[in-house]
Amino acid sequence: MINNLNILLPEIFLTISIFSALMIGVFIKNSFNLIFNLSSIIILVTIAIIFNNSNSSEKIFLDSFSRDAYSNFFKILILISSLFVLNSSKAFIIDSKLGKFEYPIIILLSILGMFFMVSSNDIILFYLGLELQSLSLYILASIDRDNLRSSESGIKYFVLSALSSGLLLYGCSLLYGFTGSTNFDLIANELNKENIGAVFAMVFILVGLAFKVSAVPFHMWTPDVYEGAPTSITSYFAVVPKVAGLAVLIKFMHIPFSNILLEWQTIIIFISLASMILGAVAAIGQTNIKRLLAYSSIGHIGYALAGVATGVISGYESAIVYIAIYVIMNIGAFSCLYLLKKDGEYKEKISDLSGISKKHPILAISFLVILFSLAGIPPLGGFFAKFYVFTAVLEQKMYALAIIGLLTTVISAFYYLKIIKTIYFDDSVITFDAPKNKFAQLSILISCITLLTFFLYPSVLNNVAESLFIY
Amino acid sequence: MNFPILTTLIFLPLISSFFIFLSKGQKNDNSAIYISLFSSLATFILSLFVWFSLDLSSSDFQFLEEKSWINDFIKFKLGVDGISILFIVLTTFITPICIISCVNSVKTRVKEFLIAILILETFMLGVFCSLDLVVFYLFFEAGLIPMFLIIGVWGGPKRVYSAFKFFLFTLLGSVLMLAAIIFIYWLTGTTDITQIYEIKIPKEYQNILWLAFFSSFAVKMPMWPVHTWLPDAHVEAPTAGSVILAAILLKMAGYGFLRFSLPMFPLASEYFTPLIFTLSIIAIIYTSLVALMQDDMKKLIAYSSVAHMGYVTLGIFTFTKQGIEGSIFQMISHGLISAALFLCVGVVYDRLHSRMISTYGGLVNYLPKYSFLFILFALAGLGLPGTSGFLGEFLVLTGAFQKNYLIAMIATFGVVLGAAYMLWLSKRVIFGNTNNSEIKTLKDVNKLETLMLVSLGLLVIYFGFYPVPLMDTVNFSVDNLINNYEIAIKSKGLN
Repeated sequence: MINNLNILLPEIFLTISIFSALMIGVFIKNSFNLIFNLSSIIILVTIAIIFNNSNSSEKIFLDSFSRDAYSNFFKILILISSLFVLNSSKAFIIDSKLGKFEYPIIILLSILGMFFMVSSNDIILFYLGLELQSLSLYILASIDRDNLRSSESGIKYFVLSALSSGLLLYGCSLLYGFTGSTNFDLIANELNKENIGAVFAMVFILVGLAFKVSAVPFHMWTPDVYEGAPTSITSYFAVVPKVAGLAVLIKFMHIPFSNILLEWQTIIIFISLASMILGAVAAIGQTNIKRLLAYSSIGHIGYALAGVATGVISGYESAIVYIAIYVIMNIGAFSCLYLLKKDGEYKEKISDLSGISKKHPILAISFLVILFSLAGIPPLGGFFAKFYVFTAVLEQKMYALAIIGLLTTVISAFYYLKIIKTIYFDDSVITFDAPKNKFAQLSILISCITLLTFFLYPSVLNNVAESLFIY
Repeated sequence: MNFPILTTLIFLPLISSFFIFLSKGQKNDNSAIYISLFSSLATFILSLFVWFSLDLSSSDFQFLEEKSWINDFIKFKLGVDGISILFIVLTTFITPICIISCVNSVKTRVKEFLIAILILETFMLGVFCSLDLVVFYLFFEAGLIPMFLIIGVWGGPKRVYSAFKFFLFTLLGSVLMLAAIIFIYWLTGTTDITQIYEIKIPKEYQNILWLAFFSSFAVKMPMWPVHTWLPDAHVEAPTAGSVILAAILLKMAGYGFLRFSLPMFPLASEYFTPLIFTLSIIAIIYTSLVALMQDDMKKLIAYSSVAHMGYVTLGIFTFTKQGIEGSIFQMISHGLISAALFLCVGVVYDRLHSRMISTYGGLVNYLPKYSFLFILFALAGLGLPGTSGFLGEFLVLTGAFQKNYLIAMIATFGVVLGAAYMLWLSKRVIFGNTNNSEIKTLKDVNKLETLMLVSLGLLVIYFGFYPVPLMDTVNFSVDNLINNYEIAIKSKGLN
């Protein structure tokens, strides 16, 4: 029993700390700063606990909760990215008068939900984790409640997400009905092509998961929520839930649905292609950076899904490497947005970036590195992410997917170039305030250095990803 | 373990660009220029050292360096042979000239400009040194970033359009090559080209892979009909950018044909020869005619580059010793001549800020030294015997005559057209009446400009009379290339 608790230790610690922090917040006035710093410490301690926790694969509570290298890796990725997202956005949160102590607590709650998602080995636990995460995200999307656009985006996200959760739950119940079990391993044994009802269930579950990672055609909410929500929330949305969503998606494909590979493969290929194409084409006309990054993230999820679509371990690994590099790039990109401050107001139009290379050369060159990396131009990190995915795709002889994917990178290069053009070629318009947000600068620095030096050791992440699938 | 001389060579400019980045870069502070000049000259000397210590009686790759890189499967492998060393030396020779030229022509953001040039040099050297397809692709594509910025930030009025066109055209061609590279990896289990040479790619895949590589090289070369980005890029790029573009970036594609297309896909190369010949002939004749009609000097030289590159592709795909050696010679000589011509245009552009031919006329009366140098390079450009331009074209045509009379005849006609546009350009710019009163106030070439142009001019004449150093360098590598090609053709891809 004690041993079991040890396996669950990160979740237990997180839960207790969240409620303690909540209590502190309730009883101490103006405790935003305190709670915020406390949350950062909680995240750091949780990281330490997971690092100390063994990576050996163990399942507890009737095999419904599994702790293994795979879930531990994603938990650490979620925690580290949350830490960066939170801290680099702190100044923004205070400036935008969102400094309520609930803010970091809700973020921690969503992290807890994601923990259960990536660790779940049972559809019930999975659904509970997903709902905990989603409910926290609804609140976060509309946290700026006096702002019309933020409230609108929150409502929009809530309605659509609730619908997709409903579909997902329907799929889960069908799956239980047709296989007689809620456990991933048992479902995997029961499932086969003849089990039409279960294949049907798979489609519903896929729809729900595709919504969570904002893949086309379930992406409608993404641009509006990204634009409407405060930037600090957007950066969280763009990074952390994507990681958790992809982790669960890969797990579903790898364990319960491994026997109906051909059935789900077609769907994922379509979703992946559609995301890549829409992400490339729809972003061209955007004028708002956040909206553009929304479409760009749709495109990036398409590439990661192309790795998943291969249906083999090497493909999943490439998708994991892709999402890790995506996280690094997006943390950098959003941290840049926190520095676009003029007279206390944050700018988010592309035209506001006009000619910043003259007045803010360091910020401009960081943008340059991150944008070229997002476009996948070598020798930056983003290139290797795409390289691994397409290597895996071509290994499975999926030529059409690879060629279309590579061509969309050319189209998407166009809008990244457009921003670089605005930064470097256009005349200077705005001089931004001297950057005070030290942590955002640190995140940008780390992100840029990682992307620039990635080519020295390009197989670091691969080696990590390889170790995740050894049971 | 020997000293990693090629890695040093490649990354020396990158490291020095980092130092420039750290330098203060205030006005009247020339430290950035000195650092970059010093480092590029050091790179040049290092590359000369590599050239002189290269064993020319062997066609093997030398100075090999190998490090495990991606997952132990893909190695970071570098090496040079007789063919690549020429391009390396060309790169390291042209870069200091570009840096000197920017003293006069680049007025804003000099520090950033020098950083871009040095980073670009690193990538270009990487292309010519790499012996692994992925490493090659990495450097080949990475060069787009600094070139995009050079055109876009320091370019002319239509720079945005040109920079985008340059970037997207090249990227579109290259992604297909990336797909082909990954495909080759799964086909042969390696991306090390020395191993791929031996494994031999099955016949049924050769054509499609050849086309994928061709799509990239044809854009980069540039071959008709995908050459349209080149005139735009040249016209808008600053002088140093045009020089690098014409002298080195275009050579990457010719080098790519020699290093990858021919040895890896011999059967497909044979199969597609008519296509290449047709496109080359169209490039030679059509773009020469287009060049005749230009009223912008840079555009004229840009079109003449396309025509000259037509000879290069023609020569490579004759698969004869004369043809291939002629192509390599033509590439080196075009690297020198076109660089010099763009510098010549840059000299008068810095003074009058016009590239239009009609602005000038009668320069010979006021700028005698400049006119002498201009005429020298114009004559070299049209292939006058005694200049390096002659030998390249002559050898290519000799090779072409062995292969196909008709093609050779038409290509020879291109030489006449080349003479036409070059002489007419000289006539309108250098001779004739001076209509523009501003010309009378112009100063002749200053010391730096003389230094750049004379050093190029001496090489053009030297190699025109005595091409032996170049020919000796490539001799065994080309022999080896042709031997392997003929063995592959005879065996029809059956191992």
